[in-house]
Amino acid sequence: MNPHIDSEIVTIMLEEKIDFICSVPCNMLAGVLNRLHTLPIAHIPVTREEEGVGIAAGAALGGKKPALLMQNSGLGNSLNALLSLTKLYGLPLSLIISQRGGKGEKVSAQMPMGKATPNLLKAARIDYVRIKKREDLIKMRRMIRKTFDNHRVTAILLLRTLWDETH
Amino acid sequence: MKRIEVLKVVGARGGLIVCNLGFPSRELFSQSDKPSHFYMLGSMGMASSIGLGLALSQKKRVYVIDGDGSLLMNLGSLATVAHQAPHNYCLIVIDNQCYSSTGNQPTCSSGKTDLAEIARAAGISPVKVLGNLKDLEDCLDLHHEMFLMVVVKTDSSNPEVPHIPLLPRVITRRFMGEVRRSEK
Repeated sequence: MNPHIDSEIVTIMLEEKIDFICSVPCNMLAGVLNRLHTLPIAHIPVTREEEGVGIAAGAALGGKKPALLMQNSGLGNSLNALLSLTKLYGLPLSLIISQRGGKGEKVSAQMPMGKATPNLLKAARIDYVRIKKREDLIKMRRMIRKTFDNHRVTAILLLRTLWDETH
Repeated sequence: MKRIEVLKVVGARGGLIVCNLGFPSRELFSQSDKPSHFYMLGSMGMASSIGLGLALSQKKRVYVIDGDGSLLMNLGSLATVAHQAPHNYCLIVIDNQCYSSTGNQPTCSSGKTDLAEIARAAGISPVKVLGNLKDLEDCLDLHHEMFLMVVVKTDSSNPEVPHIPLLPRVITRRFMGEVRRSEK
């Protein structure tokens, strides 16, 4: 993994004023999560992604700008709450998702959700961007801005190639 | 004891209320509608989690009205709640041992499952099991600025109450206005 990318992701989150984070771990996000632990920002590790959606909705009601960090498998665990809670009540939430199940994936069980993730997001009418390389990170920044300016649920799919690049 | 009586006691206390979907929210709404009430309309199981995020994000007392069936849908929440334990968080589980909003199908708490013991094992303390309204009022008074979980056993009756006529975004707008107004 590439620590410069981890730092850039955290910097963008902080600069865009995300101030409340729930997370379910993924090894692709390990570097980001380690950095968050050292910062003076609310970071709540949760037992399941849907629970994180609930906690983030409560934080938004309390005036915070929440993000949920998870693997794309967690999207399947949280769709109902994303739609019948966060979206229904017009609450903002930035989903920052490690996109497993793509090129070079070694775990076969990651493939089905990997293929389905973009279509699931489309069906749920959740705007998303795919971040393939360092130059794409500007799209992440824009998407976070849109989330909180317009009280939207949005998703940022972080692909493995983002970290694989050599800089 | 009836659920609507419990809701009346909690609704009279002030503070913010996150109320479970179905009959509990409809009963609370029919008892006394306030901007400080967040009525859930969907996302079954999320009450204790919404309340936790809210309690961690602002200072006012948060009462969560959850149910046995809903809590069983999100038991992991008890571990996270125990781990965070904000002092302004009070989780009230109304245990009527069934899914009363969908036709009284029994939950596991009608049999061997003890929700208070699960909560204690998850690390929540104190957990009080209460059987009458006087004990509930006394307990909420005694712990009024403390982290607390209460399990209240009720019967499974549903009174005739209307559906909530508010749009979800209206519930959000007035609730957030109340949170801001209430910030110390």
